[in-house]
Amino acid sequence: MSEGIEAIVKTAKGVREARDYSGTAPVTAYKNVRTSSSDRKRLLSDLGTSAAIPAAVIAVWQLAGSAGLVSPEFLPTPLSILSAFAELTVSGELAHHLGVSMGRAGTGFLIGGILGLLFGVLTGLFRSAEYLLDPSVQVLRLVPHLAVAPLIILWFGFGEVSKIVIIISGSFFPLYINTFMGIRGVDNKLFEVAKVLGFSPVQKLRRLILPAALPGILLGLRLSMAVAWIGLVVAELIGSQSGVGFLINEAKQNSNTEVIFVGILIFAVVGKLIDTLFRAIERTFLHWRDSYQG
Amino acid sequence: MGEILLSITQLNKSFGTAGGQVQALRNVELQVQEGEFITVIGPSGCGKSTLLRIVAGLDTGYTGRVTLEGAEIGGPGIDKGFIFQEHRLFPWLTVEKNIASDLPLGKPEIRRKVDELIELVKLNGFEQAYPRELSGGMAQRVAIARALLRSPKILLLDEPFGALDAFTRAHMQTVLLDIWRRNRTTMIFVTHDIDEAVFLGNRVVILEPRPGQIRRIIPVDLPYPRKKTTNSFQELRLKVLNAFEKVDELELTDGAGI
Repeated sequence: MSEGIEAIVKTAKGVREARDYSGTAPVTAYKNVRTSSSDRKRLLSDLGTSAAIPAAVIAVWQLAGSAGLVSPEFLPTPLSILSAFAELTVSGELAHHLGVSMGRAGTGFLIGGILGLLFGVLTGLFRSAEYLLDPSVQVLRLVPHLAVAPLIILWFGFGEVSKIVIIISGSFFPLYINTFMGIRGVDNKLFEVAKVLGFSPVQKLRRLILPAALPGILLGLRLSMAVAWIGLVVAELIGSQSGVGFLINEAKQNSNTEVIFVGILIFAVVGKLIDTLFRAIERTFLHWRDSYQG
Repeated sequence: MGEILLSITQLNKSFGTAGGQVQALRNVELQVQEGEFITVIGPSGCGKSTLLRIVAGLDTGYTGRVTLEGAEIGGPGIDKGFIFQEHRLFPWLTVEKNIASDLPLGKPEIRRKVDELIELVKLNGFEQAYPRELSGGMAQRVAIARALLRSPKILLLDEPFGALDAFTRAHMQTVLLDIWRRNRTTMIFVTHDIDEAVFLGNRVVILEPRPGQIRRIIPVDLPYPRKKTTNSFQELRLKVLNAFEKVDELELTDGAGI
């Protein structure tokens, strides 16, 4: 046996050296290798490009405020917002409210996301489940989930439960739809391969359907997270004793415009950070994809 | 060679289309011996792919008998390896994981076999590459290795090199013959390339279209490795070509459209 293999290896090498006509394409395999310094340079210039517009806006804003062109109650200057931010950070208030908000968004997203994934997998895999569930889900999806918020508060009161239910009701749909679409988008030709290779139903799910649907699932995850974040703001603005939304609401009542801006910025920055995290997850799991990178 | 491995008798297959029933295969009879290399050639629409898919268990609803080692074809399975025209690799798996697919690479036995096959199809150094990084020929070699890992009794190839350029195709033909001479896996190879059919097969099965049926079976008794430039090769090539021209005439008199 081993002798035979050696012989195979020998001829294999011989043939490869002699005529490897099919070795033209793999250069793409190394296309992505760059030196680290040019990588860093590119990253910096990318950052510079995306920061240009915000930097210009902030500069004009600060100048207009310092020159007394706009009233500070109406539009506080970036520097006064920064000092309000520093104050809230030092007092620990900001960390407390942000922690509460993230806890709510995380819990709601987790429950809504798991339900969305579960239902999406069910309807994606089984035609009967699709006929049973999908029409109802589609009807509910078209109701703006924030329109249901008053009803949710009526049912669950002003406590934590209603806030989390509002977030759940938002984050369920994107993951549900994208999981469903992801599964239905699996190439039928690969199902034939699974047949020929004798995959069991479990293997078909684990080795074919889930990996193939992963781009859709991850997109759904990202969209669900974004919706959860929006739901959080609404839930906290409607009525709460803590959280970043509460901070904004309280500042509004005290005409403390700087703090409103701090709250808005926190929502923006944390939302963006979470989105970046999910993009990184996508890149890690989907690096095999052969799509246009821009 | 010797034992009959695959036996096809009185095989008929029809498809229901919008315009009514279309007979794809009529009275196909073919006995394939163990270790034989059969090439099937014919114009498009002659049912050659259908024939292969029936043997693979992918197409059903035929009449007649198709048996592998005496047992009726039940459905698709690893005893019947199938190579599609496109490589159909899993894009999210590396070369070695594609070859293993559902089998655990962690098992020493599987690992050893996968490594041997990577040698056999000459893909050393590309074990960790993803399908998008491979050329068409390389990807098709991965697909062949994936089928061979399951030690199929018969390997069914449906125009596997059809999408490759002429140089890569010639190279792949030698690679495939090399594999066949070492493993003695029985092969049925569907193609529309006469040179390819004569270069590879022990026998060339010529199908004619509408309805798909066997027109002739031409034995190719040239020794391997064959050279496409020799007179004996060219003679056989002409013989196949002649059989084809009759097929074409038939098609014209029938008025069947292209």
